[in-house]
Amino acid sequence: MDYSQFLSMWQEIGLLIVFLFVFLYDTFAPRKAQGALSGITCVLFAVFTALGFTSCVINSPDAFEGMYQNSPAISTIKSILNIGVLIVLIQSTKWVNSDFQLIRRGEFYELLLLTLTGMYLMISAGHFLLFIIGLETASLPLCALVAFDKHRYESHEAAVKYVLTAVFSSAVMLFGLSFVYGIAGTLYYDGIAQALIIGGSTSVMLIVALAFVISGFGYKLSLVPFHLWTADVYQGAPTPVTSYLSVISKGSAAFAFLVVLWQAFGPAYPEVWEWMLYGLIIVTITVGNLFAMRQHNLKRFLAFSSVSQAGYIMLGVIGANSLSMTALMFYILVYIFSNLGAFGVIGAIENATGKVDMSDYNGLYKTNPRLAFTMMLAMFSLAGIPPFAGFFSKFFIFTGALEAGTVSMYVLVFIALLNTIISLYYYLLVVKAMFINEPEEGREAIPYFRSACSERLGMWVCTLGIIFIGLASCVYTYIFDMVGAVANMIP
Amino acid sequence: MLENILIYFVVVPLLMMAGIYLSRSRAQIRAVAVTGSVVLLGLSTWLLVEYLGLRAAGETAPMLFTDTWCWFSPLNINLAVGVDGISVAMLLLSSIIVFAGSFASWEIPQPKEFFLWLILLSTGVFGFFISIDLFTMFMFYEVALIPMYLLIGVWGSGKKNYSAMKLTLMLMGGSAFLMLGLIGIYYQSANAGGAHTWNIVEIAQSGCLDNNNWQYLFFPLTFVGFGVLGAMFPFHTWSPDGHASAPTAVSMLHAGVLMKLGGYGCFRVAIYLMPQAANELAWIFLILTGISVVYGAFSACVQTDLKYINAYSSVSHCGLVLFAILMLNTTAMTGAIMQMLSHGLMTALFFALIGMIYGRTHTRDIRLMGGLMKIMPFLAVCYVIAGLASLGLPGLSGFVSEMTIFVGSFEHTDTFHRAFTIAACSSIVITAVYILRVVGKLLFGPVYDEHHLTLTDATWWERLSTITLIICVAAIGCFPNFFSDLIKFTFSSEIFAAIGLN
Repeated sequence: MDYSQFLSMWQEIGLLIVFLFVFLYDTFAPRKAQGALSGITCVLFAVFTALGFTSCVINSPDAFEGMYQNSPAISTIKSILNIGVLIVLIQSTKWVNSDFQLIRRGEFYELLLLTLTGMYLMISAGHFLLFIIGLETASLPLCALVAFDKHRYESHEAAVKYVLTAVFSSAVMLFGLSFVYGIAGTLYYDGIAQALIIGGSTSVMLIVALAFVISGFGYKLSLVPFHLWTADVYQGAPTPVTSYLSVISKGSAAFAFLVVLWQAFGPAYPEVWEWMLYGLIIVTITVGNLFAMRQHNLKRFLAFSSVSQAGYIMLGVIGANSLSMTALMFYILVYIFSNLGAFGVIGAIENATGKVDMSDYNGLYKTNPRLAFTMMLAMFSLAGIPPFAGFFSKFFIFTGALEAGTVSMYVLVFIALLNTIISLYYYLLVVKAMFINEPEEGREAIPYFRSACSERLGMWVCTLGIIFIGLASCVYTYIFDMVGAVANMIP
Repeated sequence: MLENILIYFVVVPLLMMAGIYLSRSRAQIRAVAVTGSVVLLGLSTWLLVEYLGLRAAGETAPMLFTDTWCWFSPLNINLAVGVDGISVAMLLLSSIIVFAGSFASWEIPQPKEFFLWLILLSTGVFGFFISIDLFTMFMFYEVALIPMYLLIGVWGSGKKNYSAMKLTLMLMGGSAFLMLGLIGIYYQSANAGGAHTWNIVEIAQSGCLDNNNWQYLFFPLTFVGFGVLGAMFPFHTWSPDGHASAPTAVSMLHAGVLMKLGGYGCFRVAIYLMPQAANELAWIFLILTGISVVYGAFSACVQTDLKYINAYSSVSHCGLVLFAILMLNTTAMTGAIMQMLSHGLMTALFFALIGMIYGRTHTRDIRLMGGLMKIMPFLAVCYVIAGLASLGLPGLSGFVSEMTIFVGSFEHTDTFHRAFTIAACSSIVITAVYILRVVGKLLFGPVYDEHHLTLTDATWWERLSTITLIICVAAIGCFPNFFSDLIKFTFSSEIFAAIGLN
């Protein structure tokens, strides 16, 4: 075996180096130097993120006979996720250094970096075995992270729910994969595609297999009807973990889903999975929106909003062309900034006052104008209001989906567009609470407080991202160029 | 990029926003707002002069001052600007109303935030009128919509939460239709080979939508999308509530300019790009807009809130704009553009006056007021002038525009068009009913409330705001030829020759 093949796994190796450094520092550094752990992790990870954009990472080849694949698009999506993780790390600094968590600080970073490694493997996999390994590596440390607030009952409940769903969804997916193996005789994505082309007509077994695989992904992405765990886990988990779950976990699963569908099942039977996805998208967007309207707890609210956002992301998968793939990656990037902006504000307020209800935010603009402003930008961006980034990402994902030009796609996009109106309604409810409502009788608005330096930094990054990622076209063009170089992945 | 005059219509408002953000006191905010709006007014006047000069020199391109800057190259999205006579007129209208609006909100509470949102709204409006790229046009269109929510929600009156939400959601609903139509047009724009484009002029000249069945889907989508903002029946219900709850300057800008975005968009996108579909499907929308015209006028008759009366009258007058556009002939379309200008100025004047009266009496219910002519003669006289313009007195703007519209509409000789023209004509009579009813009750007659006797007349900034608008209303009424000459070039272009437009 040629061990130099490991060198094409630049990003996984880099991440493991960061992980090992954090682990060793946490274990062996003298007590006095321990306080620097958060800073060191953030700086190291920032350097690592920047290195992801170098050409030697982008152009590194496939390895292990196609089991591990790499392409400019794949390394770009990893870099996009890195940016999100970096923001999460910055935003979580204050929470992780609070008295309750201090003793487990190292574990937080280690588990977080481990799950990220798993997601990298999921994205880069060219074989279902590696994919499942990645999936499990990503899921199990996340369960521990969800249970991180040891003293809170909700955190435990959420962790149990999360672990059961994760295990169940893995089982469902593995069951589906066993059918796939039975049909194709291989677990390589390319091999499956070839075997299906040779095999000819659609068999019932393949439909069953696809249904199970898509359901497995559905759990990861919290598509309706597999979304039932989402709200409880988002509410129970500590806010930094929730924000990590909502953007990074979702983004990586969406991209892996795209690769699996296009590469393994795309060439032979697009019509089978396209109709399954078609139905899932409509149900996901609509149900997510309708439930989000009824939520009062902001974390639950964002949970349902993220359910419906997952539906929009899936529009990029169903489009099946390079514009859609660009739009999907751009959407994930924008979604990272918008959602983390919202979670940054929620986390800051929760750390300072412990309040997470929408009614607690009444009159926030009068007392904390900057927090209210950041939150408003995040809401507008999630709703797709120009000139903020969310508008561009929504527009591009619709444009990508419509390129096929079939009537059924027009109907799908129209339903998605009508849903943006519903979503605007509930995003505006948050804006209304902060800017228009007066505090309820007998209650005070959240008093002015100065959020921690790290929290402010995180919010600044998100605010700048929300304003400029859309307007500065270079981001989109960069992603497009990266995707264009992997036309071979598109059926 | 900065050598094109058009780009300053976006740059100046952005600089104004920066200036207002940095201001420390109300005086500074006023200074920035007034300076900025004077600059915009000067800029649009200069543009008018330049435009007329170029046309006089024999320039025949459909759009002048065009420029294209690449934005999102993979999708061929450009920041493309260009104007014809109609856009020049609309830019002039917008800058006049922003100018008057700044003075009308001289003493608004929380001025900093208010002006920031207001100027953001006008950035969207100006950007919309200078764009000839469908994407940027749509983006600016939506930029203009969203500040309304906070402007009404925070500074509004009455059931402002309900109205603000209703207005925002209905207008965004319209833009959902619109977005689908625009993306569809983009993908049909290259059926003759070559790259897809968002550029309106290129799409129109390539003729890619001629004899293309998709246009029968895209025409209704875009027309309804813009028609929602143009208050087309049955999508007009946001308008009365929204206008009634909004603060003065916002009502002015919204009824005066923003509703014109609807009419302008219907013309520039739906009809300009898809004349064949317009020709075949116009009857559906003629029925709807015909209902708007008559129904709006009747509804205004039974209202007792001054703002509701004017908002329903706006539904009726804006309905007339769309009605005339759908007649698809030069005379009626000229009338439609004149009506946009006329209604914009007139309704802004109305809303300014209503705001000023409300600021003094703290009620807008006409049953609780009377004899204001004795108490505040300046405002009352202005109100009479606005009313006369609205009901179409010769010499003021309403007469020339409605006259042109009905003459143009009557050029159709078939029964359907004739019947609807006659029905729409009846709105003139109904307008006279509700205008004279308000004038008689509100301004003349005995003083209803003794407390009103202590109220004062207009201040200097209110006078400036109203007099500017009155001068413009009279200018259109006295020199209609100037404006019809300004806009006639667009209609003489060959694009409309395809459907036998004369």
